[in-house]
Amino acid sequence: MNKDGVNTSRRTFLIGLTSAIGAVGAVGAAVPFVQSWQPSARARNAGAPVKIDISKLDLGQRVVEEWRGQPVWVVRRTNDMLNALPKLDGTLKDPDSSVESQQPGYARNEWRSIKKEYLVLIGTCTHLGCSPKYEEQPTVDLKFGGFLCPCHGSKFDMAGRVYKDVPAPTNLVVPPHSYLSDAVIIIGSEEGETKA
Amino acid sequence: MMGRVNRLIDWVDARLPVVDAYRRHMSEYYAPKNFNFWYYFGVLSLVVLINQLLTGIWLTMFYTPSDGFGSVAYIMNDVSWGWLIRYMHAVGASAFFAVVYIHMFRGLMYGSYKPPRELVWVFGMLIYLALMAEGFLGYVLPWGNMSYWGAQVIISLAGAIPFDVVPFISANEAKEIGDALTTWVRGDYLLSTATVNKFFALHVVAIPIVLLALVVLHILALHEVGSNNPDGVDIKANKDENGIPRDGIPFHPYYTVKDLPGVIVFLMIFAVVVFFFPDGGGYLLEKPNFEPANALKTPEHIAPVWYYGPYYAMLRATTIEFLGMSSKAWGLIAMAGAIVTLFLLPWLDRHPVRSVRYRGWLSKAFMMLFAADFLMLGWLGTEPAEAIYKTMAQFGTVYYFVYLWLILPLVHRFETSRPVPERVTGGRH
Repeated sequence: MNKDGVNTSRRTFLIGLTSAIGAVGAVGAAVPFVQSWQPSARARNAGAPVKIDISKLDLGQRVVEEWRGQPVWVVRRTNDMLNALPKLDGTLKDPDSSVESQQPGYARNEWRSIKKEYLVLIGTCTHLGCSPKYEEQPTVDLKFGGFLCPCHGSKFDMAGRVYKDVPAPTNLVVPPHSYLSDAVIIIGSEEGETKA
Repeated sequence: MMGRVNRLIDWVDARLPVVDAYRRHMSEYYAPKNFNFWYYFGVLSLVVLINQLLTGIWLTMFYTPSDGFGSVAYIMNDVSWGWLIRYMHAVGASAFFAVVYIHMFRGLMYGSYKPPRELVWVFGMLIYLALMAEGFLGYVLPWGNMSYWGAQVIISLAGAIPFDVVPFISANEAKEIGDALTTWVRGDYLLSTATVNKFFALHVVAIPIVLLALVVLHILALHEVGSNNPDGVDIKANKDENGIPRDGIPFHPYYTVKDLPGVIVFLMIFAVVVFFFPDGGGYLLEKPNFEPANALKTPEHIAPVWYYGPYYAMLRATTIEFLGMSSKAWGLIAMAGAIVTLFLLPWLDRHPVRSVRYRGWLSKAFMMLFAADFLMLGWLGTEPAEAIYKTMAQFGTVYYFVYLWLILPLVHRFETSRPVPERVTGGRH
């Protein structure tokens, strides 16, 4: 304990205490540096909702709009496309949209949309964020049409549901959205109608 | 005159041990006399580092993060000699990786990471890691469409992290912690000027400081234990009456003079690329990067620059899901695991013989196969993910790990090595 008049246990205790308090201080001082990497007030204000006019959309046609810098698709699906959806269930990773983060509750149904005809999706692949290509006509990879990611070959059906055996882990994201009228969808806001 | 210079040196030396440092690292640093061709690449990486620092400092004089694409066009078209400085920097990035990869292969061949040089290897791997970060950050700065989509892909990797690795950021705005992390890295909900500005600061200040410190540590650790050689013979085991290794020669003047022609040849090749093939056929500067970043238009084929190819191929090749984790998370684990495994090389290689020269033919064959595998993965990483390529990448990934975790630790049990000589061979001094 005591060696040449040095109280070693007190010394060890004081060194430990000083280090611990110093570490707390260092962690505290790190807060502003870490937090400064968060979106600034200006960036947060820029994430405002976007309105899309769907009145001029033809059957099978897709429009692309930008919301928070991401492509948002609205596709007006044909009856053939809608009828094909249940046939694909066996070949999909998540046919019942069970991963909750991928769509709001009001889009968790057979066709993953509020109105059966209109599909609203964020157009970035859930693998690594590339933007998949819209295949309106059937192709070798997509017998009933759908979306094919050019980066790593992930495939999605006409409800944005991901196929098995591709790198993308989950279905494409349905953003929060609602109908301000029959002709106008608002992306990023649920102020309008969210029932069919 | 000489008297005055000598007095000045004495004056400084009494206050800072410069003469001692010069002796220890140059005139009395005894390197094995049998260095061969592969030993040029350490000094060449130093040459490229100086090129990157010099051209990089000059580029910051003209580059603006808020107008990345425009200011690179300005450098290329309007700044006097700006095109040359920028091409030297861009080609220099690829040259850096080229010489570092060869330097690492040299280490693999001659067992330069084996005791007592483990720390030399670990510092070298940290340099390699810092270089990869530096290369990625720099690639984003010109803000072309490939910069944008490459950054999109790499930053979204952070989204595969399932738990909160950064304290004090919460997921309250995002649905998942992965989203919160990517938002934190971007500094915005999308890739924007906030991201470019941040990457600029990291690319020109933070990482270079770390890089330089690591280079100093790499060399100090090397000079403490001494250089390995193609025979893997410990030259310190055989010293003359003055305590100088019999197979060692002073680094200066012998190797400084030998390195000089190597540097000249390297610079000739470098100049040919800079002046005649600055985009390297799309491998050094990719075609989609000649148009500005566009969030709504993904390039037909997103490929990383060649030096990330092997890891990217491994990321893509991983399409399995098990233990409740997604294929994306496993891809990230494969990629990170590939790099972490390299750090462990000094402890994975259990072969009693250092240099591949005296190991058995199994060691030689598996090592060459590993090198070929790494090159194949690198090539696959830059190609589209078509069916046959995917299968090849999956085999390549498996062999990469099998070699490092099974073959390297165990192969010595299945082969007979040749006897290692007492003295180095082949040096003619």
